[in-house]
Amino acid sequence: MIIGLAHYLAVAAILFTIGVFGIFVNRKNIIVILMSIELILLAVNINLVAFSAYLGNLTGQIFAMFVLTVAAAEAAVGLAILVTFFRNRGDIAVDDASMMKG
Amino acid sequence: MISAHLAYAYPELILAVGALALLVVGAFMPKQTGLVGWASVLVLLAAAVASATQPFGVAFSGGLISDAAATFSKVAIYVASAVAIPLGQPWFERRGVKNFEYPVLILLAALGMGMMASSGDLISLYVGVELHSLALYVMAAMHRDNAKASEAGLKYFVLGALSSGLLLYGASLIYGFAGSTLFSEIAAAAGNEANTGLLFGLVFVICGLAFKVSAAPFHMWTPDVYEGAPTPVVAFFAAAPKLAAMVLFARVLGDAFAGAAGQWQQVLVAIALISVAVGAFAGLVQKNLKRLWAYSSIANVGYALLGLASGTSDGVQAMLVFMVLYMIDVTGFFACLAALSRQGRSMETVEDMAGLIKEQPGIALAMTVFSLSALGLPPFSGFFGKVFVFKAALDAGLWGPAVIGLVGSVVAAFYYLRLIKVMWFDGSTGATDKPPFEAKAIAIVTALFAFPVVILALGWLDPLAERAAHAFGLA
Repeated sequence: MIIGLAHYLAVAAILFTIGVFGIFVNRKNIIVILMSIELILLAVNINLVAFSAYLGNLTGQIFAMFVLTVAAAEAAVGLAILVTFFRNRGDIAVDDASMMKG
Repeated sequence: MISAHLAYAYPELILAVGALALLVVGAFMPKQTGLVGWASVLVLLAAAVASATQPFGVAFSGGLISDAAATFSKVAIYVASAVAIPLGQPWFERRGVKNFEYPVLILLAALGMGMMASSGDLISLYVGVELHSLALYVMAAMHRDNAKASEAGLKYFVLGALSSGLLLYGASLIYGFAGSTLFSEIAAAAGNEANTGLLFGLVFVICGLAFKVSAAPFHMWTPDVYEGAPTPVVAFFAAAPKLAAMVLFARVLGDAFAGAAGQWQQVLVAIALISVAVGAFAGLVQKNLKRLWAYSSIANVGYALLGLASGTSDGVQAMLVFMVLYMIDVTGFFACLAALSRQGRSMETVEDMAGLIKEQPGIALAMTVFSLSALGLPPFSGFFGKVFVFKAALDAGLWGPAVIGLVGSVVAAFYYLRLIKVMWFDGSTGATDKPPFEAKAIAIVTALFAFPVVILALGWLDPLAERAAHAFGLA
């Protein structure tokens, strides 16, 4: 069997879906949400690199580099905010983030 | 060669160099917060002047577009960002948070918003969106000892990152099916009818951008973030980033998918109407004013999207005028909230405002003006914005959506009028503190703009918006 573009796109779509469900279904830990966000961004990278190889066009790979860099910055900011949240509340359970509702 | 390209990017260069230099100044002289603040205001105003005078053209292989639309929105964005610095810094200092990062973060957010407004490529779109979002997440959680603020920052971060993920997934599909990330080449690939792959990607991008403008059904972060984040930061959030994201919306739809207007129009009409309905009905039960205005902003973004949904140049023009007038309104309203406190405690609920007209007549009058303007009552500025939007929608044949929009506006009138009634006719619950000068000044100036200055200002705002709207590829 030849692994073609469709296979890569399918893997990326599955990873993307797992990531989105990880954010919405997960009721336990905010770290898991950060991991799900990374999963979404990696799914996008697979898409970009697969398309880039398929089209013989480098733009997708350059785009993937940008996504990797920004993902690192995003994780740093997210963890910093998580630390301030932990200092104020002493816990990082998802259900704890419920001071405001309605 | 390169200098010709750089000439199109002067505003971005001024902001980037300014932000980095002030970060170093702040790091070595952490006591000089006032210096960094005023220097940031100067940098923003310099960037506004640079974008008002910059030559038009395309730089960096199509990544950065300098045209009338970029100039129009960048001047508005930079000025709105500059206002947020004198509003926010003293507010934080009164609460014992003395930091130089706030103005620097505003500079970085403004840089990202400027990039969004002039992006001509999916990569510069993504980098602009992330640059402004990352700065905003930090600003929401800036009040570090406040449990609500850090919760707001966390929620904003999680949902913002999800929306960036959706946007990016859509961008990757568009790249794959169009074979390029440039808007001009995507437009050529999409032609008059986009294929399923492109359309799939476009829907993801629309979802991601709808998150950023807080349009329903992607609005769930807005009330929580507005309630929890520091009030002057909300004044900033609710204004400039919304305009930048709406202009980006127009860039994607008008520059890259102009031919496929028939295909995205229904999606936009649906998002616009759901936003108007959610904003009107969910606002009815709110007691916290920041939450209430979060729902009000959801409804108002719905009207702006209705203008965009007409898919015409007139619609984009209406959207631009509407957003600029709304930005001034919402900045003024949150400046009023930032100015008010009772024995050092912020006044944030509707009941807190009881009898405000006797305690603080100036601020109560300003809040009345902003409420009536957001409601769309003539002769205040919000009325003109809505007239333009509805006219564009009717010209495009969107009769049904326009009628539903009007009904939503009538429903929303209830909560604006209730606030006015509480302020004017209910008994006062105690003396308020003396409002700080800068917040009160901003409130009064913006209120004067909402009426009567707007009537004169529309004479030049409208032609500028018309030129800006013609820069997009829509007919």
